[in-house]
Amino acid sequence: MASRKIVLTFPKDKIDKPIVFKLIKDFNLSFNIMKASITPDQEGHMVLELDGDKSEIDRGIKHLKDEGVKVEPLSKEIRVDWNKCTQCSACVSICPTGALYVKDRKTMAVDFDAEKCIACELCIRPCPPRAIKVHF
Amino acid sequence: MAKTIKEINEKIKQGKAVVVNAEEIIEIVAKKGLAQAAKEVDVVTTGTFGPMCSSGAYFNFGHTKPKLKAGGGTALLNNVPAYTGWAAVDLYIGATAATVDDPLNKIHPGEFAYGGGHVIEELVAGKDVRLQVEAYGTDCYPRKHLDTWININDLNEALLFNSRNAYQNYNVAVNLSDRTIYTYLGTLKPKLGNANYCSAGQLSPLLNDPYYKTLGIGTRIWLGGGTGYIVWQGTQHNPHAPRLDNGVPKRPAGTLALIGDLKQMDPKWIKGVSFVGYGVSLNVGIGIPIPILNEEILKYTAVKDEDIVAAIVDYSDAYPNGKPEVLGEVDYKTVKSGQIEVKGKKVPTSGISSYKRALEIANDLKDQIKKGKFLLTEKVADLPVGDSAPKFKPLKERPIKEGK
Ligand code: SF4
Ligand code: SF4
Repeated sequence: MASRKIVLTFPKDKIDKPIVFKLIKDFNLSFNIMKASITPDQEGHMVLELDGDKSEIDRGIKHLKDEGVKVEPLSKEIRVDWNKCTQCSACVSICPTGALYVKDRKTMAVDFDAEKCIACELCIRPCPPRAIKVHF
Repeated sequence: MAKTIKEINEKIKQGKAVVVNAEEIIEIVAKKGLAQAAKEVDVVTTGTFGPMCSSGAYFNFGHTKPKLKAGGGTALLNNVPAYTGWAAVDLYIGATAATVDDPLNKIHPGEFAYGGGHVIEELVAGKDVRLQVEAYGTDCYPRKHLDTWININDLNEALLFNSRNAYQNYNVAVNLSDRTIYTYLGTLKPKLGNANYCSAGQLSPLLNDPYYKTLGIGTRIWLGGGTGYIVWQGTQHNPHAPRLDNGVPKRPAGTLALIGDLKQMDPKWIKGVSFVGYGVSLNVGIGIPIPILNEEILKYTAVKDEDIVAAIVDYSDAYPNGKPEVLGEVDYKTVKSGQIEVKGKKVPTSGISSYKRALEIANDLKDQIKKGKFLLTEKVADLPVGDSAPKFKPLKERPIKEGK
């Protein structure tokens, strides 16, 4: 038995199809929906934990991809809501990797480099307008 | 060659006034010299945008039928207590008020996700806010309960009224202890892990007119995106703080009490914020124009970050226990470079107030004046300054003796 956490993105025309249900029926996998949402532009997002035979998991993921679903391994993603951010820089000295940084010392503009972020979440609560969010 | 505010206003009305922000004036003075710059420039605009805890809003929500008197009873706005002591249907809500069922710091550090500052932001944003009132009922005001949505557009008067804003300089906060501490100047990592500052420095209103020569009671200002006025000195106004030769105080000094029409404001500039472990506050945007009446006034507005010095204060001990000691002094140019040195250690810095937004405010005010939409005012009375100004005192506690 194996277990794997994955993130699925459904295109608009696939959100009402029983694609995920087939994982039980055709591949003998059990799954746990950790999170599911539909964005305003009608894209579906789902975080799944799959349990079953390792080769069946691989086949199940292939089935999802064949159906046009985007499959990615689960990793947290940190995002800054720039409409909420007040450009104070409170997060900058908290962030251990320099992912949140002052990009110009004359204007004191703050920016975020997702490449450097390790999703440690240390910046989430010290941000006064709570502009930084974790996405799964 | 001295100018008057009246003359400057004439130029503004004709669209001929020369207006620059407090950053631009530095270079102009460096290039042209004080005398020439004072001749050419009419107004310098300043700005600041940061958490200002001593802020709040009051409004009149209109009479119900039958009538109700909130005074003596209780009122909640989105579950945040408002002050009812202003009689029938006037309420005051303070920025730092916490939601009634907020766990506060019971599990330290508390989140403080919502509070007074957020209620004020939502009102300004035109969102519906739930109002619940419990009154005791009188012959003239019989109604006892009210539970309704309210909206800023339906309120009779709605004003931002802040008892202490725009601090003239502030501390740079650090933490000498070996645990993380949570303050109104943000999260401070142990053993000098970071240093947080909170001033717009060379753009800050009161640092550009350090002896309050042009601004005072009655001065029209840019407040929260709308128009406001200075109504008094702010609480804790302390012009006696030690000053540099250029007049700039090295410690928190002057403050302003401000008022403005909440209905004109923009939620971008009136923003509820949460300081983990401390509480809720309100980010307030303020812009003050400084009329260049003479060379002396121009010289003050040309102050640079490197000429403004702040005290480095330990918020794990000195600040909370009211001890006067400081760990050193540092200028804002160094502070804004991203790193300062404290006790021989290199410490990364963060802002709590936003320089970028402060500049946007100074520029917006500049544009309004240039377009003739914002006229300058003569102050009605001076803010206290000099030897005659009252001293800022700590509380003299007089313990209560039982049985007396
Ligand atoms: S999650 Fe961690 S690494 Fe990523 S931006 Fe926040 S503090 Fe920096
Ligand atoms: S702490 Fe929050 S508001 Fe301040 S710069 Fe960072 S993301 Fe923006």
